[in-house]
Amino acid sequence: MTTTTLAVLVPLLPFLGAAAGLLLGRTAPGFVRPLAVLPTLASLVLAAVVAVRQGGDQAINAATELTPTGSVPIELALHIDGFAALVAVLVGVVATCVQIYSTGYLREDPRYPSYAALVSLFTSAMLLVVYSGDLMVLLVGWEIMGICSYFLVGHYWETPEARAASIKAFLVTKLGDVPFLIGLFALATDAGSFRITKVLGTVASGGLDHPTLIALLLLAGVAGKSAQFPLHTWLPDAMAGPTPVSALIHAATMVAAGVYFIARLLPVFEASQAAMIVLAVMAAVTMIGSGLAAFAQDDIKRVLAYSTIGQLGYMTGALAVADRGAAVFHLLSHGAFKALLFLAAGVIIHAAGTNSLAAMSRMTHLRNRVPDAYWTMTVALLALAAIPPFSGFFSKESVLGAAEHVATGHAERVPGSVGWIVLVAGLLTALLTAAYAMRLWLLAFRGRGAEAPDHGRQPLTMTVVLWVLAVPSLAVGALAYRVLPDWFDGRDLAPTLTTSVLGTGVALVGGIVTYAAWRHTTSVAARVPLGAVAAHPEGDAAQVEAEAIASHAPVYGGVAYAPDPADPGRLLLGPLHRHAAVGFHLDAVYRALFVRPVQAGASLVRFLDREVVDTYVRGAGALPRWLGIAVRRAQTGNVQTYVSALLAGTVVLAVAAVLVATGA
Amino acid sequence: MHLAYPAVLSALLFCTGLYGVLARRNAILVLMSVELMLNAVNLNLVAFDVWLSKAAEETLHSGQALTLFTITIAAAEIGIGLAIVLAVYRNRGTSDIDKLRDTAESHDTGGPDHDASTAPQAEKAEATA
Repeated sequence: MTTTTLAVLVPLLPFLGAAAGLLLGRTAPGFVRPLAVLPTLASLVLAAVVAVRQGGDQAINAATELTPTGSVPIELALHIDGFAALVAVLVGVVATCVQIYSTGYLREDPRYPSYAALVSLFTSAMLLVVYSGDLMVLLVGWEIMGICSYFLVGHYWETPEARAASIKAFLVTKLGDVPFLIGLFALATDAGSFRITKVLGTVASGGLDHPTLIALLLLAGVAGKSAQFPLHTWLPDAMAGPTPVSALIHAATMVAAGVYFIARLLPVFEASQAAMIVLAVMAAVTMIGSGLAAFAQDDIKRVLAYSTIGQLGYMTGALAVADRGAAVFHLLSHGAFKALLFLAAGVIIHAAGTNSLAAMSRMTHLRNRVPDAYWTMTVALLALAAIPPFSGFFSKESVLGAAEHVATGHAERVPGSVGWIVLVAGLLTALLTAAYAMRLWLLAFRGRGAEAPDHGRQPLTMTVVLWVLAVPSLAVGALAYRVLPDWFDGRDLAPTLTTSVLGTGVALVGGIVTYAAWRHTTSVAARVPLGAVAAHPEGDAAQVEAEAIASHAPVYGGVAYAPDPADPGRLLLGPLHRHAAVGFHLDAVYRALFVRPVQAGASLVRFLDREVVDTYVRGAGALPRWLGIAVRRAQTGNVQTYVSALLAGTVVLAVAAVLVATGA
Repeated sequence: MHLAYPAVLSALLFCTGLYGVLARRNAILVLMSVELMLNAVNLNLVAFDVWLSKAAEETLHSGQALTLFTITIAAAEIGIGLAIVLAVYRNRGTSDIDKLRDTAESHDTGGPDHDASTAPQAEKAEATA
């Protein structure tokens, strides 16, 4: 088969798997698991074959016109360069791992068939975004991901948190998608085509009339999808979904789509210096804010969610300094270790029966209950904190190196201030990242107090996947920074000495300070008993997690918060802790700015409809109703009355007929 | 015999029947009154048939033929009518026409009517009895 055929099959197979899974889910439950895993696995193999054949050489382009539109044509186009080929492999790996993990995680879930089909559809949409060479077709995949995330985040729709989170995820990303669509139209109008190759050609020849406007409009959509400030608020709440879905959303699909989109169209953004500065500021605010917020969260998954936002901030920072190689390198390594972190967190939540770090810190031997999750999560947290020689170190150093390169004035098209913003924010975030990674590890695995509950071994499908994902986090980084430049733009991704020493230094400082604070607070922990675990510890992991999410707010007084004085984050953040735990009150601001006015508008419309419009309708109906009531009075039900009336009528008619006949 | 006698008699019979239909309570008596009215008509038909044939204007005796039809149909009608009355009596325990008001308009949106508000309950009670 030609490479093009293979590439077409890559997004198509999971789509067909999703359709078949939805159709057969009820009638043939035996086929659901193979239908979930096998198409994704096959598309992973095909994506790998495509990547090998593409080999980082000339981009593969193929197109067929989808429909004549009269003006700008829409084409079914493939545009596979080194970025697309490698990101597709990452999506395939993570999606396959998630599907295999889900067979264990949701093994008793009655809604598993539709869940697995939606995960397949999600994967297929992301692969479509990755391979598509036409912006309109890319938008289709983009929006399918939006609706899939809505369904999957709301998987535990019995809990009010999940319902609210799914609607929030959908609305916030759509808020970004509206300007995104307008930006795409503006871009296509300027370029005369939706094809990425033609758009890039137009940009190269300077044919873009409004680069700043277009870049900012597109940036709104990217901020929504990739959870960048100020549209990131949906991502922490999306933790109300099942853990495998979080892994999928955070590692490979959805949030990666935004960064990948900018990487594809980077020349469009580079054409406008204002857009690059906005991008850098957005990345800096996102990185530092999310680092502080992650340090204060109590829900283990929310820590990881804020960490994702921060790592995505690194990627947008790398894009702001116009190094898409570093951005996609970090996307790849982050995808692997973040998927691992989430899947391991799922195992831990199952074993501990709670998602609260405060409760976990009061359990001993939790690490002995889940040795696989303990070791793999340690590896992933080291990668997250960018400790050499784990993969996160190399990708993060490539970002910082690129920022330093720009800051010292070695780049001609990007202002040095952008480089400084990204570099300083990146180093600060490296400190925070190491701190919250250390805190997560200490609270989850070094707890003291009661014995952790023992539910026997975790399912094999859930633990094997962890080791599979641990391999890239452990070993690939050192190899990748030598190989990847061939696939990307050819820029050097090797870590530079200054940023490596600085980055690793601040990360070590962050880790050690947190450790010292934790040593200081552990004596307090024993004195304050805290913690509630799930009511059905023998249930499958998904049930335990749903109960943990539902019980967190009533037990601890908030989804993100626990009144735990022994928390090292509380000690280190001081008065900032209260604000960081609720994400710096951004939700409250949005509530005051958007939700309240919309609700007020809705109640006004309801008032107008009920009291004004309906009054006219009721008035129009009143006269016929009165007439009807009058006529109805004649219907007594007594037959003799009717006959009497009939007789009277007959007599009247007869008299009238006689009178007429006699001519009176 | 002069035509006036049977005509007056038939008019009296018809009026009696009409009174019965309009005023009697019992459904069987109403049916009997209907029979009276039919027979008044039959009497008229026969009397006028004789009168017309005397005048030799009509030789087919169509009035008498029509009377035979009417008697047949009246027999069938009273058979069905009595069967219905019997069925109603068995169901409701009454054959009082004043109480058989199922077709009355119920007054859920209109003005107050005391008959109708009690009728469905009474009907239900009778149906279970």
